Amino acid sequence: MAALNFKHALFCAFITLLISYPILGFNLEAKGINVTIVGADTTTILGVLLAAVVVFLFQLFRDQIMGRVGDLRSLTAGKPKEPMAENRRAKIESWVLTGIVVLALFWPFFMSRGAVDLATLVLIYIMLALGLNVVVGLAGLLDLGYVAFYAVGAYTFALLSQYLGVSFWVALPIGALLAAAFGLVLGFPVLRLRGDYLAIVTLGFGEIIRILLNNWTTLTGGPNGIGGIPDPTLFGMEFGRRVKEEGNTSFHETFGIAYSGEHKVIFLYLIALVLAVFTALVIRRFMRMPVGRAWEALREDEIAARSLGLSRTAVKLSAFTIGAFFAGFAGTVFASKQGFISPESFVFLESAIILAIVVLGGMGSQIGVVLAAIAVTILPELAREFSEYRMLIFGAAMVLMMVWRPQGLMPMRRIHIELKKQE
Amino acid sequence: MQDLLYFSQQLINGLTIGSTYALIAIGYTMVYGIIGMINFAHGEIYMIGAYTALIAITGLASLGVVWLPLILIVALVCAMIVSSSMGWAVERVAYRPVRGRHRLIPLISAIGMSIFLQNYVHLAQGSRNIGFPALIDGGFTFGSDGAFQMSLSYMQITIFITTLICMTALSLFIARSRTGRACRAVSQDLGMANLLGIDTNRIISATFVIGAALAAVAGLLLGMYYGSVDPLFGFIAGLKAFTAAVLGGIGSIPGAMLGGLILGVSESMTSGYLSGEYKDVVSFGLLILILLFKPTGLLGKPEVEKI
Repeated sequence: MAALNFKHALFCAFITLLISYPILGFNLEAKGINVTIVGADTTTILGVLLAAVVVFLFQLFRDQIMGRVGDLRSLTAGKPKEPMAENRRAKIESWVLTGIVVLALFWPFFMSRGAVDLATLVLIYIMLALGLNVVVGLAGLLDLGYVAFYAVGAYTFALLSQYLGVSFWVALPIGALLAAAFGLVLGFPVLRLRGDYLAIVTLGFGEIIRILLNNWTTLTGGPNGIGGIPDPTLFGMEFGRRVKEEGNTSFHETFGIAYSGEHKVIFLYLIALVLAVFTALVIRRFMRMPVGRAWEALREDEIAARSLGLSRTAVKLSAFTIGAFFAGFAGTVFASKQGFISPESFVFLESAIILAIVVLGGMGSQIGVVLAAIAVTILPELAREFSEYRMLIFGAAMVLMMVWRPQGLMPMRRIHIELKKQE
Repeated sequence: MQDLLYFSQQLINGLTIGSTYALIAIGYTMVYGIIGMINFAHGEIYMIGAYTALIAITGLASLGVVWLPLILIVALVCAMIVSSSMGWAVERVAYRPVRGRHRLIPLISAIGMSIFLQNYVHLAQGSRNIGFPALIDGGFTFGSDGAFQMSLSYMQITIFITTLICMTALSLFIARSRTGRACRAVSQDLGMANLLGIDTNRIISATFVIGAALAAVAGLLLGMYYGSVDPLFGFIAGLKAFTAAVLGGIGSIPGAMLGGLILGVSESMTSGYLSGEYKDVVSFGLLILILLFKPTGLLGKPEVEKI
């Protein structure tokens, strides 16, 4: 056994060297039209060697290490706690959530502009992740082209405002409904497909939308994108220094306060907050409705669900459409926040980030997804020097989560009713 | 005459690209045939093959080696070794622990692996595209001066010949060798093969290694053909190859070859007669249509859902 382990460990270490040394140890540098090769610095090479040694030692003492880890787990796990009574838990949860929302309402008035801007972005990601959570987490349909619906929402607002002068508040429902319509039209033929085919088809669809946006230059401006998207207004009050549109008044003049650029940022943040809370509440309702139960039933066992009389297409289509609807919402807010959109913002990587948020948070769990969205968006900002490693870490985290904790960091807790014991 | 020449030019270009798609598609189709999962990171393994080949070529050039066949063979061998190690390691780290779980779990793990590998190369080699030296120049031209001339470059001929050799070798390997027979047995019934004493883990690893080695060959060929590589180079090519695999019927090796050729030709016809920008739209549209109307592909077997 020991000899076998040793051979295996040596082999693994050798493979580690093979897959890391050629790529990391030699750097290609383009000088004009010629390409030259430069050896990496000693720290990189030492790092590669260290990695090989670590792999060797781990594989050699694998059984002992895994045994220790198992012991640790059983020590820390302790006794399973008696779960809190359902009604008490629900009450505490709703109080805590209300507190957080109230805190979030007043928080931006004491923060810097950059922080509020970042918080708006976090809220947009929360909306997207909650929407995708319906599709992937609840209905179990892996949608890799989710960003397409986000793009539909954003471009709807941008185009409507550019060609027809439509304001944010009119464009918001139109964008969301149009995205939902896209979801319906795409979903109808596609949802008959099996899980992994569905993933590829949605990925292809996302790419098609992006390529069309990029090449339909007369309508969308192609790679140059669309600029000058108006900010949202509050009952006809604009947040700029000067009023752009006739008939509108400006916010700071109406209230007789000094002009400040922060008003607009805070207003956008508040809109995003309200919409995110709305998204969360609506989806929470759906989860308790028959259709929400049907999503989960179909995810768990399609054949059993169908034999109980659920229509596969209708159930899947409803999840797909609702997910697309909220992506359209988020897209409209995004377009208004940026003031400029281009196909660059809607690449596959964006879909992958949203998927990573859902997977890390725990598929199906709303609180988990919200926390993951906050973490995934804010952590790279806090650790700027590591920001280029962001996607590397995402990828690794997705693999590790699937291997060790596929239910996510905060797995979904099933809402259930227990029968009272008879006295 | 002009039209015919233009048409045959597009046909040749399409067949060239298509035969390399077929090489990559084999990796998808073999893995799918055996464990029923889409190896999303396969495109990245192909990209790593291209990078390794470029590193080997540049390294040999800086050592002063000028004999072309030696350079090509060394680059090919290096790329195949590194890519197959990568394929082996990816299966071991990301797929084996999640094998047999719910269908979405291996797929998400594969997407994570694909993002990881893309950024691994991005961080190590930079995000800019790097020029790939055109080692094989020249070719034949047909047609009269002053009008459209059809060209068939030596590079294209190299691609055809290399692909042909690889395909023949693979077919012989699958049909005749002991491991190939085991591969076929495992793809028919994994559990039964296990009972009959086939080391299924080893066979699955072998599938990943073979697929990765063929992807590395495609990486070297396409890198030279396009003239540059970048870390995102594998993503689109991987999708195309997957389309080819589905088109031919996923799980079927001759299907992957046929699907690759059809896809390559339809793409080059689109860029030749419509517009180059829409060739990706055509291949994704083709994928969607096939999955909707004939999910088993051209040569695939229908899958029976068992309860």
